[in-house]
Amino acid sequence: MKSFGSTRRSFAPWNDPTSKPFISFRNVTKRFGDFTAVDDLSLDIYHREFFALLGASGCGKSTLLRMLAGFEQPTSGEIILDGQSLAGTPPYRRPVNMMFQSYALFPHMTVEKNIAFGLRQDGMPKPDIAARVAQMLKLVKMEKFAGRKPHQLSGGQRQRVALARSLAKQPKVLLLDEPLGALDKKLREETQFELMDLQQDLGLTFVVVTHDQEEAMTMADRIAVMSQGRVAQVATPAEIYEAPNSRFVADFIGDVNIFDGKVSSVENHVVQIETDIGFTVRMHSNETPAVGAQAGCIVRPEKLRVSRAAPADASANAVQGELWDIAYLGDMTVYHAKLKNGAMVKASSLNAVRAVENPLGYDEPIWVSFDEDAGMVLKD
Amino acid sequence: MVKWSRFNIASIVLGFGFLYLPIVLLVIFSFNESKLVTVWTGFSTKWYGQLWQNQGLMDAAWVTIRVALLSATCATVLGTLAALALVRYTQFRGRLLFSGMVYAPLVMPEVITGLSLLLLFVAIGFDRGFWTITLAHITFTMCFVAVVVQSRLLSFDQSIEEAAQDLGATPVRTFMEVTLPVISPAVFSGWVLAFTLSLDDLVIASFTSGPGATTLPMKIYSQVRLGVTPEINAICTILIGIVAFGVVIASFVTRRREAQRVRDEQAAFAPA
Repeated sequence: MKSFGSTRRSFAPWNDPTSKPFISFRNVTKRFGDFTAVDDLSLDIYHREFFALLGASGCGKSTLLRMLAGFEQPTSGEIILDGQSLAGTPPYRRPVNMMFQSYALFPHMTVEKNIAFGLRQDGMPKPDIAARVAQMLKLVKMEKFAGRKPHQLSGGQRQRVALARSLAKQPKVLLLDEPLGALDKKLREETQFELMDLQQDLGLTFVVVTHDQEEAMTMADRIAVMSQGRVAQVATPAEIYEAPNSRFVADFIGDVNIFDGKVSSVENHVVQIETDIGFTVRMHSNETPAVGAQAGCIVRPEKLRVSRAAPADASANAVQGELWDIAYLGDMTVYHAKLKNGAMVKASSLNAVRAVENPLGYDEPIWVSFDEDAGMVLKD
Repeated sequence: MVKWSRFNIASIVLGFGFLYLPIVLLVIFSFNESKLVTVWTGFSTKWYGQLWQNQGLMDAAWVTIRVALLSATCATVLGTLAALALVRYTQFRGRLLFSGMVYAPLVMPEVITGLSLLLLFVAIGFDRGFWTITLAHITFTMCFVAVVVQSRLLSFDQSIEEAAQDLGATPVRTFMEVTLPVISPAVFSGWVLAFTLSLDDLVIASFTSGPGATTLPMKIYSQVRLGVTPEINAICTILIGIVAFGVVIASFVTRRREAQRVRDEQAAFAPA
């Protein structure tokens, strides 16, 4: 059986009906005055999962995280952690720790004291605290900076201290609020992989809030795409990319070409759509819309082929046009092609070889083609 | 190098002269040999020596310091709590009334504050003396502390309090271990402000004092009415010295801390 992309091997508790969710949001609603930040949301997160809440600002993802940490109380509904309802449990009694977007390090304490803070609150004996702090400093490679104060550290170092501090108490769940937002691009990419390794090694459940889809796709086992206080789709990164369940998700994650039109025939899971821009698309689809209904065919840019000659494979969808813009990005080239009737499509191709003879140029007549299984059909 | 015009020099001399000439004269004449305040006869420190013999002045100074220490401390506690309530709880019934009442003494004429407190103490039959002065000073200095602490709290990053609670600290421990240490410079400035205000208050103390409790400003004022003596000059010089010393130390500490911060920040980006 084909599947979308590669995932962590044999880790898919969400597909196993016998596995119990570790964190459950049940019909959770949160209102601030007239504004509904989280709207009747239900969501299950499993033990040892790296879970991402992804959405634009104001979609309710941070509110959801803050309710889990205990800084906000749900207006209605309940949150269950490890079989226990969290209702009425103040933040300081919850077995979760949070890494804040601003890091929220205590400015008057050294790195060491910052990390020890949570352990001291638990009344851990002093030698044990010292041992744990040393272990945490080693984990985030900050041994040399134990005696420094937060303002004596760079952004990346502060991020590490914040991480060490939130991990020191060995929480059941680590919450990360835009954990890498303040870092520059290179450091962010390195840290993403470090976080993934750390989560695997420690065997903890991570819930991360981010607006950066690349970050979510890189790190998470599953992503919940959120919009206006609701979950639009929960799935693995590959499923969200290859099989979005709505136009919103398709459009939110990555680039997409949508060919809208009317269904003219459905046979053997192949849907034929007469598109509004005047060509016929044939597309495999598990869902079969009714003949005559409006539907959209969704194809990602890298699944479109751009060529001078008409495609040899007669079964492929193909349409003529001309090249409008070419963007060479190094690893790939992005083409904007203008189809016969004026519609624009976006195609990209990997630059797998260093040099090509006679590359495509501007204003050149070309063919845009894609296979019957290159995309999917969404009912309106 | 800036070239100073004659006009600039003249305005600076006149300006500073207007501000500081009386004080300089006071200090100079405190070292005068003569009993007459306005005639210089020679250098002497005998009036400083006599100060210690003047039981009335010494008692008054002692009362003033005790009142100032106690009232500044109480006002700091109350003012800090008021500032916290105003900044943290933006929506509670009567917040506007509360903030108005906290800040009213800032603009209230001292005479009215003093008179109304006097009427209150008389009405409830509270014996006037040390405690009534202290209470009155707490009342009128608390708002100054609240203003200073409130402005610090407005720029306070509340996520560090959330972080403390997230790590298991109860609200009380969060306040003691995180909030208070971070805002402590503002709380301390509030205390110093309250202390100085209490130290040199004449009007409110006059209204609320009773027999046996006379503050230094009251004592000086009553003695001046009988004629200025060099002793008064001497004690005023000591007061000026204490205040000037405090200001110099405070600015020195602030500057050193600032320099330290700049050095630390540079160190942060140096290779480890």
